[in-house]
Amino acid sequence: MARILMKGNEAIAEAAVRAGAEGYFCYPITPQSEVAEYMSKRMPELGHVFLQAESEVAVGNMLFGAASTGKRVFTTSSSPGISLMQEAISYMAGAQLPVVIVNIMRGGPGLGGILPAQSDYFQATKGGGHGDYRVLVLAPSTVQEAVDLMMLAFHLADKYRNPVMMIGDGMIGQMMEAVEFPESYSEPPLPPKDWAATGAKDRRPRIIKSLFLDPVGLEENCIILEEKYRRMKRDEVRCELYNVKPTNRILLVAYGTMARICQTSIDELEDEGVSIGLLRPISLFPFPMSQIHEEAKKENISVVLTVEMSMGQMMEDVERAVLGVKPVRFCGRTGGIVPSPDEVKQQIRRLLNGELEEGR
Amino acid sequence: MADDAVTIFKRPVSLTETVTHYCPGCTHGVIHRIVAEVLDELGVRDRTVGIAPVGCSVLAYNYFNCDFLEAAHGRAPALATGFKRLRPDMIVFTYQGDGDLASIGMGEIVHAANRGEKFTTIFVNNAVYGMTGGQMAPTTLPMQITTTCPFGRDVAHAGYPVRIAEMLATVATPGYIARVAVHTPMHIIRAKHAIRQAFTYQKEGRCFSLVEVLSTCPTNWGQTPGEAIDWLHSQMMPYYPLGCFKDPDGKESR
Repeated sequence: MARILMKGNEAIAEAAVRAGAEGYFCYPITPQSEVAEYMSKRMPELGHVFLQAESEVAVGNMLFGAASTGKRVFTTSSSPGISLMQEAISYMAGAQLPVVIVNIMRGGPGLGGILPAQSDYFQATKGGGHGDYRVLVLAPSTVQEAVDLMMLAFHLADKYRNPVMMIGDGMIGQMMEAVEFPESYSEPPLPPKDWAATGAKDRRPRIIKSLFLDPVGLEENCIILEEKYRRMKRDEVRCELYNVKPTNRILLVAYGTMARICQTSIDELEDEGVSIGLLRPISLFPFPMSQIHEEAKKENISVVLTVEMSMGQMMEDVERAVLGVKPVRFCGRTGGIVPSPDEVKQQIRRLLNGELEEGR
Repeated sequence: MADDAVTIFKRPVSLTETVTHYCPGCTHGVIHRIVAEVLDELGVRDRTVGIAPVGCSVLAYNYFNCDFLEAAHGRAPALATGFKRLRPDMIVFTYQGDGDLASIGMGEIVHAANRGEKFTTIFVNNAVYGMTGGQMAPTTLPMQITTTCPFGRDVAHAGYPVRIAEMLATVATPGYIARVAVHTPMHIIRAKHAIRQAFTYQKEGRCFSLVEVLSTCPTNWGQTPGEAIDWLHSQMMPYYPLGCFKDPDGKESR
């Protein structure tokens, strides 16, 4: 299929359609309302469900009901809306329901702002709601990758019977880029949905729940979930290396739009005779722990620099990955400010001159 | 037994044989049975999904012999919306108490009714939070004593009890809204008629339907089962009048 120019939000919407989404529930919020507008036309065309709910609390719980049918369903929102969905995400994780949630992040906390940020890293990767659970988190850095990961998200949700979250900053949602959709969509085989509520005809009733009043039963459910998360850590770590070579003096770790900006900084520094490598996590949970550790411990690397559009949330995971073999430093802006390649270069030069202080 | 014996009473197929956890004198069991009988009579059990609330009936899925989802507190109408939109061919009902529906879930039920979602809600109103130990509900009567209004509900402090059936009957979207009681055989028969009507409208794909059922809670009212029946009749029914408040064919009756 030919490449077409599309806005990130619309490309994400179309990718979901191509991956077989039959239900979309939403509540308007900047900077991702274009998804809802696109879906309000696209889903009825296909005879699928589009519904604008009364709140994100309702959206999350509508997803619980809709996912219980066994059909592919999803929502998109932005930071404050995602906070309101945490109740349902916890329940869906507990009840092992596959669902896809997109967070086009804006600055916080609170009402914050409407400009791009990466400050929901903790919320996305550490559970977000109450209880012992995780969601699988994917982070695209281009519109094309948003399309590819969106389609993968539905597959992984079904594969693990777990909520999958794709997080992009407002830049990913608002930017227009050339994208290409696969001619036809195919994916590896998945287990039958023998848990879905389809009516107890010639079989025993199925109950989809997260309630286990007996503590032994609840612990067992948490162990089942934990085993899935272990499998994700083994099989679903995704990351990409950029300009990584023995001449590197610093290893950058950055994801999403921030990683893309770092690539420009790296290219420009390379021309200026400074060699920097980048490790870009694509899956944020599971996090590329051993990959970062292996790169960090290479002799030529003197320091690891995490670059984020937050106050340094991913840095805590980078520190866990590096395990003290090298110092870890932070560079970033937040509140909706997107650092320029020059700003990142400046920080790298300060770091090389020994001017960047410890920690943040 | 003679060969020509005729069965005149049996457990509905839509109920399991699970022993009830409800307190003696509680009318949840009666309401469960009515719903199950209606599912049997309409022949829809094997394409029905029920949605349990948070509250005393949180374990409703143990008693109904059909697929079930367990919702977060107050969110059953949102689950029902999501499910029914994806599977309009199935029968969907929520079973919710007054803390669940009239307090924390007020937003979800109002908007589901207003969108005209084609599922059925069984709303059990016993004027108190049961499972958590008898706290004041939005439906607690003026001067009624509960564990969080030990001197009686003060309407200057907590406002007046919410009348859900009347409130939902004000939405412009067509729907079926009725209030019934189950404390006497006569009322049980009328309640079953209303619940059957609600599920029938759903089966026909007509409209949203909600039946509010006045129910007893001897344990948290601090009464014997007999006293509770009398209290429901003398105290609840004057504030919560029975009747059909909204009907898609205009067959309202009070």
